[in-house]
Amino acid sequence: MSSTTAESAIAPPKVHYLNAEHGLKSWLLTKDHKRIAILYLISVSIFFLVGGLFAGLIRLELLTPQGDLVSGDTYNRLFTLHGVIMIFFFLIPAIPAVLGNFLVPIMIGAKDLAFPKLNLGSWYVYNIAGLLGIYAMIKGGVDTGWTFYAPFSTTYSNSYVVPTALAGFVAGFSSIMTGLNFIVTIHRMRAPGMTWFRMPLMLWSSYATSLIILLGTPVLAITLLLLILERTLHIGIFDPKLGGDPVLFQHLFWFYSHPAVYIMILPAMGVISELIAAFSRKRVFGYKFVAFASLAIAVLGFLVWGHHMFTSGQSVYAATVFSVLTMLVAIPSAIKVFNWTATLHRGAISYDTPMLYALGFLGLFTIGGLTGVMLGTLGIDIHVHDTYFVVAHFHYIMVGGTILGYLGGLHYWWPKMTGRLYNRFWSQVSAITIFVGFNLTFFPQFILGFQGMPRRYWSYPPEFQVLNVLSTAGATVLGVGLILPLFYFAASLGKKGRVAGPNPWGAIGLEWTTTSPPPTYNFEETPVVTHEAYAYEELHPEPTQKEPYLA
Amino acid sequence: MPEHSQSGALAHHFETYDQQREASSLGMWLFLVTEIMFFGGFFLAYIVYRSSFPEDFAIASHQLDVTLGAINTAVLIASSLTMAMAVRASQLAQRKAVVGFLIATMIFGGVFLGIKAVEYSAKFEHHLVPGPNFELHAEGADPGHAEMFFNFYFGMTGLHAAHMVIGIGLLTWLCFPAWKGRFNADYHNPVEVVGLYWHFVDIIWIFLFPLLYLIGFHVGH
Repeated sequence: MSSTTAESAIAPPKVHYLNAEHGLKSWLLTKDHKRIAILYLISVSIFFLVGGLFAGLIRLELLTPQGDLVSGDTYNRLFTLHGVIMIFFFLIPAIPAVLGNFLVPIMIGAKDLAFPKLNLGSWYVYNIAGLLGIYAMIKGGVDTGWTFYAPFSTTYSNSYVVPTALAGFVAGFSSIMTGLNFIVTIHRMRAPGMTWFRMPLMLWSSYATSLIILLGTPVLAITLLLLILERTLHIGIFDPKLGGDPVLFQHLFWFYSHPAVYIMILPAMGVISELIAAFSRKRVFGYKFVAFASLAIAVLGFLVWGHHMFTSGQSVYAATVFSVLTMLVAIPSAIKVFNWTATLHRGAISYDTPMLYALGFLGLFTIGGLTGVMLGTLGIDIHVHDTYFVVAHFHYIMVGGTILGYLGGLHYWWPKMTGRLYNRFWSQVSAITIFVGFNLTFFPQFILGFQGMPRRYWSYPPEFQVLNVLSTAGATVLGVGLILPLFYFAASLGKKGRVAGPNPWGAIGLEWTTTSPPPTYNFEETPVVTHEAYAYEELHPEPTQKEPYLA
Repeated sequence: MPEHSQSGALAHHFETYDQQREASSLGMWLFLVTEIMFFGGFFLAYIVYRSSFPEDFAIASHQLDVTLGAINTAVLIASSLTMAMAVRASQLAQRKAVVGFLIATMIFGGVFLGIKAVEYSAKFEHHLVPGPNFELHAEGADPGHAEMFFNFYFGMTGLHAAHMVIGIGLLTWLCFPAWKGRFNADYHNPVEVVGLYWHFVDIIWIFLFPLLYLIGFHVGH
């Protein structure tokens, strides 16, 4: 363990990963996991913006009961593209490919991921997939919903299903490359003394996520490939004319796409563990339980896909089993939430911006999770199936969970990635605005759904208007909150940006023992780990800046 | 610190050759796991439909040429043997033997694909390719279900053949460092992991052959 020479080391190092090489080529051909993380940060942010624009158009259309802003056909394309882009190009890669890429090697004390070229390749593959998606979008979009259900997608849809499905297929390879890299790296590249149970919980959830990516993504790949083969070459595996079963498509699709929910939420849970420990200055309560809960979620996640198909004609017995298994997922999820809460108990809590996101996550994930249990209950699900209740539920998990986790992590590690601190006041304003805007957007949708408003329609009966207006107003607030970080993050890189120092939060973890930004190979010498992950009580680390923010 | 820095084949981020070798073979095994799940989806669909239409599948299966299928099976097993010999030769740093065995493996792979092409063209002539022109003149078989069998035949063997082509590409790429004598006891992981991939593709065929060619043998005839 390197000693705490922090006092003299606030100034950033002269040479670090950002300025070790110059020029566009040095970025486009880099094999440094940290630079690849930055490349991914740029790419996923662009797609987040595009997906957000589609969401904005959807909410604008739903301001009034009549379908007036766009045609019904256009509306179908809007929600499809919103879903495809947000899921395949933002939520799935965001935390693993940006924060995970940056942190996994540093957190275990390695110089890089096991396969640096594969890592760079994954970014190119991701962008090729993105270009395919944009091509489909420009040609006229796709109207199947992000779920591509057969036989509509294979036979009847007159939109650009093949390039969109190909985009999802190719994007899958990029997440497989990342997941494979993480597993090999965590198995084979840990620094001396970094035992499994000394690993930060971020690594346990990255590991569990990678397992799901490896086991699930190929099944989506074959499903989309079969869809493409059926549409282009008449290899009609799902074609009812040949005795094919469209429900088989749903089984195969959800075998990946339900675990994909955990691909999106588990990394956020890893981030939250780091944030709660750092800003409570305490060891995470029940470390091993939180670690194994990640693996339990990964395993159980593969056994519950049928709960998306309660109304699709699967047998009642299968549905009952899927219903029970679905509720089992609540156990490891609840273990995490209770253990985070117990970590807060008697902790020295500070309300820095990352912590605001973590606390927001706790509330929103709990609501999203509990409504998930409701939806796992057969009777309730059949009542609210395909209504806004479902939409609200998964947005509480995806936005309230994953995006808050992602933003919390970005705010926490931004000083490490860039060496700079951002504005404290505005970042807190942004976090609170996002929280308020999010709830205003999606809580009314629970009520709308329970009252029977179906999803995926561009018009609705007038009695639903008040709640829809509230939701659209909330989306506006949410949009403002999400735009703010662009400004203060950009400002932090400018002349007025304040230097962070190696450990601005006084946090524990190998990433805080190296300089900000880190050198190309992360550490001057391979670190030797002598403590468990969150030894705040023993080490009492001090922040390198007394007031770690620009006022 | 690197054990043998003179060879130059140890990547900067690894400490030892052992670590590098273990990382690359673990990586390939994990990739093969994804391949199993990938083909697994196809096999699952096969199981569903074959158990729904066992008679139709058996009758349709009789249209395949078992002799050619059996020859191809033997060819692929032979290619796996030469591949294993190439890995062994690379560990022993026998430069010419590595190249020879790699080329032998590629030749076997090429023969396999050639025979496959002969089979495909015969199916094409007999209107057994799925699509609007599909016709099957066989008693007792529902034409739709028979076409479903050929969906699987072409889909699965096509996917397998695509993997063979990729494998032959990888073998070609390996020939260059092998010819330059790059491989030795410390550094032979590229040959080893391509070998794992090649064996995997063979094993897929070992499952495909009975599932597609031999299912008629216990029904009727």
